[in-house]
Order: sequence, then structure tokens, then C-alpha cells
Amino acid sequence: MTAPRRQLLLIALVAVTLLVLVASIRYGAIDFSIAEISRALASLLPGRPEPTLDQRIFLELRFPRAILCLLVGASLGVGGTLMQALFRNPIVEPGLVGTSSGAAFGSALFFVLGGVFHIGASLWSLPIAACAGGIISTYLVFLLARSREDGRASIVMLLLTGLAVNALFMSAIGFLSYIARDPQARSITFWSLGTLSGANWKSVEIVALTTILGSIVALRYAKQLNALMIGEEEATYLGVNVNRLKWIILSVNVVIVAVATAFTGVISFVGLVVPHILRMLGGADNRFLIVGSALTGATLLTLADLIARLSVRPAELPIGIVTSAVGVPVFIFLLRRRQYVF
Amino acid sequence: MLVGSNITFRVGSKELISDISASFAPGGLHLLVGPNGAGKSTLVKVLARLLRPQTGTVEYEGVDVSQTSEAELAKRRAVLSQAIEIAFPLTVREVVMMGRYPHFSGRPGPTDEQIVDEVMEHFDVTEFKDRYYQSLSGGERQRVNFARVLAQLWSHSAVDSCRYLFLDEPLTFLDIRHQIDFMKRIRSFTKDADVVTVGVVHDLNLAARFADQILMLNGGRIVAHGTPAEVLTTERITHVFGVEPTMVQTTDAGIHLIFN
Repeated sequence: MTAPRRQLLLIALVAVTLLVLVASIRYGAIDFSIAEISRALASLLPGRPEPTLDQRIFLELRFPRAILCLLVGASLGVGGTLMQALFRNPIVEPGLVGTSSGAAFGSALFFVLGGVFHIGASLWSLPIAACAGGIISTYLVFLLARSREDGRASIVMLLLTGLAVNALFMSAIGFLSYIARDPQARSITFWSLGTLSGANWKSVEIVALTTILGSIVALRYAKQLNALMIGEEEATYLGVNVNRLKWIILSVNVVIVAVATAFTGVISFVGLVVPHILRMLGGADNRFLIVGSALTGATLLTLADLIARLSVRPAELPIGIVTSAVGVPVFIFLLRRRQYVF
Repeated sequence: MLVGSNITFRVGSKELISDISASFAPGGLHLLVGPNGAGKSTLVKVLARLLRPQTGTVEYEGVDVSQTSEAELAKRRAVLSQAIEIAFPLTVREVVMMGRYPHFSGRPGPTDEQIVDEVMEHFDVTEFKDRYYQSLSGGERQRVNFARVLAQLWSHSAVDSCRYLFLDEPLTFLDIRHQIDFMKRIRSFTKDADVVTVGVVHDLNLAARFADQILMLNGGRIVAHGTPAEVLTTERITHVFGVEPTMVQTTDAGIHLIFN
């Protein structure tokens, strides 16, 4: 796979992402025509009359939701790529090693405690709580999965421990939602299956910041992640400080995934499927994978959100139902094809 | 010049190598031999600074390597290991290009591209440069890795600076034709006056045939260090390896060992 072909591929991905974005803002519980969309956007310009109710629905609900969906999809895609690069294994993703459920637990706890202790919530309290939860659960998984002999985490141990820690945190969330008074925290469906229905411009701002900064940092380490593909010792011989690299990449991953999870709940399998699609299209160079998985993650999650909104409209499905329905068969296919020895 | 002084490396309370001091001059091929558990691989990893010894120092041209950053070291030190597995679809050219990673930041420059093409030609891997590494045979893979390692050391970084090549049992899993082919290539690269090469090879006959200097280890200590003829004596091999060899003088003034 040559560099020019990869560039063409990325340009094509940008085009597809934009196309899907347009579809996403047009269709939903109510449809907006392109003309209505342009009138709504134009109403933001100074000196225009106040937007109508329909225009406000578009500007305050539909549009931020579509943008948040792009950002969360990008976060999950990049998170999957980073995890797979770090563990040199194409079968891990943030949802499988506990990061997402821990982040969801952190957010749920924040809602409940905020209600009980009347904590003055600032804009950043929720994302920080989510990150704390994500860090704790991810660390727990690695600590428990590490072998006693050589300190390395085998992939089987990692997946099994991830399963257990996920179950633990999801049950903790279940308990919290049972005792919670806050209506959002009470929705167990929200945390376990994810939804973008709570999107607003504030959440867009926060998720945009972490996603974009995180991706830029990740991109800076793409070359080192490439070297890691041939092994930790070999990467060291190529001048990579492997321990430092692991810490940076794990931190970036936890932050982008946890912040996305704080606003949308746990959305599984996007991070697993996206890097695979890209490797099939354009090889394993991490510079290409990081940019590509941001675009592909955004596209896929937007498509999933469209399906979630259109299939039972005017109601909607939790988006996690859609992503799992697609992701689980892919996961099983990969597991079987690679023939891991248990 | 590579100098190791009083190196001891422990894992837990077990000493893998004990108080080893040795120097290795450029322009020659230095091979470590010894039975399993003698500490050969550990010593190579300490000299290449993958492992940091509890006591003792390793110096490249008088500079203690524990003070050098990974990135600086990688510009003049490379290691050829055994059978590398890659779980992702990387092309041969991408793998070889990794050897240039220490030499550029961001994207490879024209010099890097040129060097990669040269080493691929040199190792006869140009014909499968666009194939995936995973699809190659063991011998082909090791040729690709050798090309990658030499791409790392291809250019002289500074006039008065040596380049260091370490071999961590690179011949394991290779057939005899590949083993001899590899030793010939390693030897020809080692001939450069500024290249220090230290490696581990299991086959005593390969060591006898290709090494300029042999360092024999047993139980983490040096037993002998010198030319193959000096080190590989019947009594010493019997003592260290527990098998008695018959020495045969070959026509090209080398020695050959036959084990009964």
C-alpha cells in the first residue's frame, strides 16, 4: 500500500463522513430539507429574526447531536486503534478492557453523589469523574490480568478479566441507578447501551477538545507505535522508550474514551471493528490508522445513530443495540479466524 | 571499541552473569559460545543496553551507555534477534523502513528511501517488497529483518564513531543453507573498520569457521576469550559442554568439531 493510495483513501473517507453527516442532520423524528437547514443556519447570523420552533429543534437538538456523534465515533475509533497498537493484538478495544464501563460508573457515581451531597457541578466535573472511573477500571484490569511470572498480560487473561471487571462495574451502575434520584442517572439503559439523545453544545465542546487533542498527541507517537508492532524489545532497539510510550498512549486512550462515555454511555465494538476495516483497506501504518479510524469511527457511529433514530421513529433505540448487533459477529469472526489457544 | 567492565546481572537473587569484563574491537566478528544457561543472551542484551546490569559498566568508545538516551543509541546500535512475529499486515518495505526510524522524525527523507532500496537489493528482498511480512517463509523473514537492522546502521553517523551490531541468536529456526549465507553476510559487514559485532551462535562449527574472536561462557563467567583455535580445545569443550569432540583440521586452515 503506497502513500498516495492511502492519501486518496483518506480523502474518500472525509467525503463519506461529510455525506453521512448531511444525512444525519436531515433525517430523524422529523425530516429537514436542505433549504430548511440552510435557513436554520442562516438564522444564526446577526440581524436575522429569531429562529422558529423547528429551526430551534434543528439548532439545539439535531445539529449538536450529529456533531457529538461524529466526535464520539472518532474517539472510539482512535481508542480502538491505540489499544490494538499498544497490545500488539487486533482483538482488544476500550470496551473490552474495562475503560468504558469504569467511565460510565464514574459518571453515574457523580450524578448520584452530586444529588446526595449537593456538589456544585462545574462544566468539567462530569468528564473528570468519568476519567477517574476509566483509569481505575483499566488499571484494575491490567493489574489482575498480569501473570505472576513475567508481569505480562496475556490476551486471554486480559479479555477474561475485562469481562469480569465490566460485569462488576455494570452491576455497580445498576445499583446506583436504583438508588438515584437524578433522572438521567436512573436510566440504566443509558449507561449500558449508550445513547446520543442527551447531546447539547456544552457536551460537544468538551468532547471536541479531548478528541482533537488526544488524536493529535496519538498521531505524534504513530511512528513509535509502528515500531512496537515488531515487539517491545525490537522497538527499544529502534530507539523507543517503551514504558513511556505505554503510559502516554494508555492515558490518551482513557481520557478520550472516558469523556465520550460520560456523555453517551457505553458504546461497544466501534473501537474493535473500525481499525480492522482500515487495515483491510490500507495496511497497518499507524499514521494512516489513527487519522482513518477517527473518520471511519465517526462515519460508522453516525450511521448507527441514524439507524437507531429511524428504525422505530418517532421513538429511538439505544445506539449500543445497533453497534453490538454489527460488532459481535465481527468479533466472533476475528476470534475464530485467529485461532487463539485457550 | 566496546568495553564491558565488571558486569553482574541478577534476576531476583540469581546471578545470570557474574563480574564479566571484556573488550571487543571494531573490524572483527566476536561470537559468544557456551551451554544453555551460560548467560550468552543476557550478556548480549546487557552490551546492547536492553538490560541494565546491577553492577558494572558498558562503554561505547569510552562513553558509559547508561547515560545515553534510547533515541541516540539507536542511531549507531542495532540488534538482530530471532524469528520476529508481527500480528498486523505490514509490507516488507515498511518493515525495512523501520530501520531508518531512529534517523528521521515525521516522514522518511530521500536518503532514507534510498538506503532502504539499497539494503533490500543487497539482501535480495526487493522482489517481494510489497508483500506482507506474514506471508514470507522463515528464511525470507530473517533476510527482511537483517535488511532492517542494516538499514539502521547503513550510514556512518559521525567520523570517529563506531557502529555496533549485536546478534541475539539470529540463526535459530534457519536451515543450514540460510545459516551459512547469513554468517557470510554478517562477516562481510563486520569487515568495515568501524563496526563492532558481538553475537550469540549455538553451533560451535559455525563459530569456529566465522568468528575472529570467541568468548566462551559457562555458568555466567568467562572461561576463555581468544581466537577460535585458542578457545576451542578438546579439553575445554569436554569440560564446559560435557561432550568430547574430535578435532579435524580443514583445508582452509580452520578447525571442525565432530561429536560422537
